[in-house]
Amino acid sequence: MTSITKPRVVHPGLAKNELGLTTRSYEGAMSTLCAGCGHDSVTAALVEALWSLSIEPHRVGKMSGIGCSSKTPGYFLEQSHGFNSVHGRMPAVATGANAANRELTYIGVSGDGDSLSIGLGQMCHAIRRNLNLLYLIENNGVYGLTKGQFSASADIGTKSKRGVPNLQAPIDPVHLGLSIGATFVARGFSGDKTQLVPILTAGIRHKGLALVDIISPCVTFNDHQGSTKSYQHTRDHFRPATEAALLDPPDMVEEMATINVGPIPPGQFRDVSLHDGSVVRFRAMHEEYDPTDRGTAAALVRRLQDRGEIPTGLLFVDPDAGDHHDVMNTVEEPLWSLPFEDLCPGSEVLSDMMARFR
Amino acid sequence: MIREAPARVSGGGTGAGRRGKADGRSATGVRSGRGVNDFALKIATVNGTGSASANGLIMKSIFRMGAPVSGKNVFPSNIQGLPTWYEIRINAQGHVARTPGFDVLVAMNGETYERDIAEVAEGGWLLYDSSWPLARELRREDVNHIGVPLAEMCVKRFEGSRIRILMKNIAYAGALAALLDIDLDVIRGLLEETFGARKRHLLEANNTAIDLGHNYVTERYDCPLPIRVARPAGDELSWEGRILMDGNTAAALGCIYAGATVASWYPITPSTSLVDAFGKFAGSMRKDPDSGRMRAAIIQAEDELAAAGMTVGAGWAGARAFTATSGPGISLMSEFVGLAYYAEVPSVFFDIQRVGPSTGMPTRTQQCDLLLCAYASHGDTRHICLYPGDPAECFDFAVRAFDVADRFQTPVFVVSDLDVGMNDWAVPPLQWDPAYGPDRGKIKSAEELDRMDRFFRYLDVDGDGIAWRTIPGEHPLGAHLTRGSGHTKYGTYTEDAEGYTEVVDRISEKIESSAPVLPEPVMESVPGAEMALVTVGGCEGAVREAMDRLGNSGLHFNYMRVRGFPFAESVREFLAEQKRVFVVEQNRDGQLRSLLTTETGVAGASLEPVLYYGGLPMSAVHVVDGVLARLGAGPAGSPAPARTGAVA
Ligand SMILES: Cc1ncc(C[n+]2csc(CCOP(=O)(O)OP(=O)(O)O)c2C)c(N)n1
Ligand code: SF4
Ligand SMILES: [Mg+2]
Repeated sequence: MTSITKPRVVHPGLAKNELGLTTRSYEGAMSTLCAGCGHDSVTAALVEALWSLSIEPHRVGKMSGIGCSSKTPGYFLEQSHGFNSVHGRMPAVATGANAANRELTYIGVSGDGDSLSIGLGQMCHAIRRNLNLLYLIENNGVYGLTKGQFSASADIGTKSKRGVPNLQAPIDPVHLGLSIGATFVARGFSGDKTQLVPILTAGIRHKGLALVDIISPCVTFNDHQGSTKSYQHTRDHFRPATEAALLDPPDMVEEMATINVGPIPPGQFRDVSLHDGSVVRFRAMHEEYDPTDRGTAAALVRRLQDRGEIPTGLLFVDPDAGDHHDVMNTVEEPLWSLPFEDLCPGSEVLSDMMARFR
Repeated sequence: MIREAPARVSGGGTGAGRRGKADGRSATGVRSGRGVNDFALKIATVNGTGSASANGLIMKSIFRMGAPVSGKNVFPSNIQGLPTWYEIRINAQGHVARTPGFDVLVAMNGETYERDIAEVAEGGWLLYDSSWPLARELRREDVNHIGVPLAEMCVKRFEGSRIRILMKNIAYAGALAALLDIDLDVIRGLLEETFGARKRHLLEANNTAIDLGHNYVTERYDCPLPIRVARPAGDELSWEGRILMDGNTAAALGCIYAGATVASWYPITPSTSLVDAFGKFAGSMRKDPDSGRMRAAIIQAEDELAAAGMTVGAGWAGARAFTATSGPGISLMSEFVGLAYYAEVPSVFFDIQRVGPSTGMPTRTQQCDLLLCAYASHGDTRHICLYPGDPAECFDFAVRAFDVADRFQTPVFVVSDLDVGMNDWAVPPLQWDPAYGPDRGKIKSAEELDRMDRFFRYLDVDGDGIAWRTIPGEHPLGAHLTRGSGHTKYGTYTEDAEGYTEVVDRISEKIESSAPVLPEPVMESVPGAEMALVTVGGCEGAVREAMDRLGNSGLHFNYMRVRGFPFAESVREFLAEQKRVFVVEQNRDGQLRSLLTTETGVAGASLEPVLYYGGLPMSAVHVVDGVLARLGAGPAGSPAPARTGAVA
């Protein structure tokens, strides 16, 4: 990558983006979640990410399942269509919507119950199809909306509010995503917007499914001592493996990346181009890292987790994989908008065809 | 035209040349007669041996000769090795509903010899493979035996085990052609069309096999038999000009013609062939000529939950989207059906019914999801259903389903079944009105939204119970959050009684208001008749034949076949006018009867169930026996048994 001018400076607040819009145009209705809920911070990060990308608000489809997390599409992008569907089934609804209209930017918001229990199958299949979707799991280790039961992401030994330990092994969406072929895998923390916003922007730009697991504490049911999904525990064990930034447009790159292929030595960086030409700049944090190598990513995540740390950052990206439409070989135009004349073969074709059935 | 040509018997049989009645049935019983263009044929084979092409060849040849004919495939839930049957009925009056009891039986499956042979009507003919002797205890004195050494001939004539097995089937087709007087030129023409120049060797083999069978029986038996096929002449009923098509193929074509662009599905018999056909048609009719890319997305989902979710998602995003499944799939889809109902998302669901409950008998037919579809999902729901009775209606109703779904912004079920969906029916050619344009219902375009200053998704601005919708991505003013949770007419979340009730009441009115635009019931009033037969779907043939027979005994009935739900007012009126109504359907619990009772307010006691649910297509005998049993048992309302589930 060539080097050039200064990277974009994001001024939250009343700064205007390329469309002349402030972040206000990306906000939604007042949240009805508990004060301090991690999910509200994710919403705020999303607002910032969408604003910084200057995406036309009404060109976004907000998809969700059911849960406190799945309510959040109401709290951002008031000018976007959204579909708050049924529990665990956001991926299917998003798949259908995306099939009908591939031009919209799809953001799927889900919870750990929504995605790792009832909707585990659908999540895996959306990954398998590489649906062009930013897939957020607002992960709090519990079912918030049904009042705090352990979810499938609860760690062994983590304690419920009443002190009861969880005895079952968790399903880790990052490991799962890496092992079944997700083309973009990241983990963030609702309490660290600086890290989260660039992950979200890169995820939106990624062609395919961008799986982002976000530790998003539930202040009401899972933020106590003994919980491994509390703010405190997450802050204490949070360990960025990479730092990623979306350079967009790429000519804003300040200096040449030191590494072009292969592992990045600690402290150095490497640029990876996405399909639309924008660039994700990775910086390896503490140890050597190759964000385009699935095996390395999985091994590092495992190693850090075994040490009791919570590896975070944009962990893996495969920018070249085809998405669901590539597999289906569908036309460029949104299917819903095709003129009827292009869809209906007409009466002559039908009467000719009848010969085949005589 | 009738040539008297009693068969010489290969041995044992004493029924040679017996014609006419004499099958032991009452005047209103199984068959009206036996003769030229009036008989039933059954072929018993083993699944996976390639008999389907031989059976199709016979069926299509008879069809091409213009004789009214039907073919029913009775197949197992198995890929190879289990018994399978193909039944062909020819009837000069056009009564081609399935009939139990057969005049000719081709016994190619040793394992089912005994039960197959038992099904031959007295005086009928049994064609068997005489490469091996037929066990003495299997011989029936009252049946004519026609032994043809099919295996032996094919082993001698062909090389390779696969081709020998395949050609053995074609050889019995040749034998049948001689016995039943099926035009050899028609058969050869069909083979030429199938194999053409590309598969010359197969064409040759097939023609040789036809000759083997044909020559063998011509040399040894008086051919043709008194029961045989003839081209209808003079004012005889001819089905020339019709097409032979199954309902799933027709429905798939309907989806193509209606402009459906998203299909999501999960494989399940008997619906799979619908999506397969859609894919095949799309491959040629939906390929962008310039880019070679598809103007349709066909998604094999991970399960029916997902298939339904994709359909609803695509409908929400503005596409005409559908899924096809069978009962088990509808069970899984129900949560999404409720969402689509309450959030008012157009979506089309094909239910090709099969025998339930649970996995039931997956390759047998029933009409057992009538209630399930009408009220699918939890909460107060009620869904528009269309009930096609044959493949021509499958085509028409598929198109109408999309129009109705768009117009009323709701899920619409096309409730078909295995018999209608998978069997070939001879129907008039499908036609397309060039003036047709899709009714996309009330959608505010970007231009219209540009001129508005407020938009509310669920506001009944026109007073017709249907609110305007918008397509995602088109205009910021049209944006709203679609949800399955409580919402007001403004689209906002609510847990408030009034705001909630207002919306669900409007939806209820909206669904009710669809009744007059759904396919109207087929009705027939017979002068002087005070009783009626009421049915649904593919039972029409059996019921009409039963009406003819009952009429011969002086019992006259009015007739109605419902084709849409919610029921039109004319359905209620029709029922109310009758002294007694017999509701004929294929399920154990009288689901159509329940639906009619609940929905029309006509007293349940005046609607009497006549049921067959054994898994094969309904026969006239089921109707006749059921009605006679009820009439014999006394006045309407008496608890006479009218279930004929035990009859084959
Ligand atoms: C089919 C079905 N089963 C159960 C529920 C009840 N339910 C609502 S939300 C929820 C769990 C949500 O947990 P999660 O996805 O983690 O979201 P959170 O509230 O924690 O953000 C459950 C079980 C439902 N809505 N639908
Ligand atoms: S219950 Fe937990 S997850 Fe739900 S809103 Fe409150 S804090 Fe957030
Ligand atoms: Mg949760």
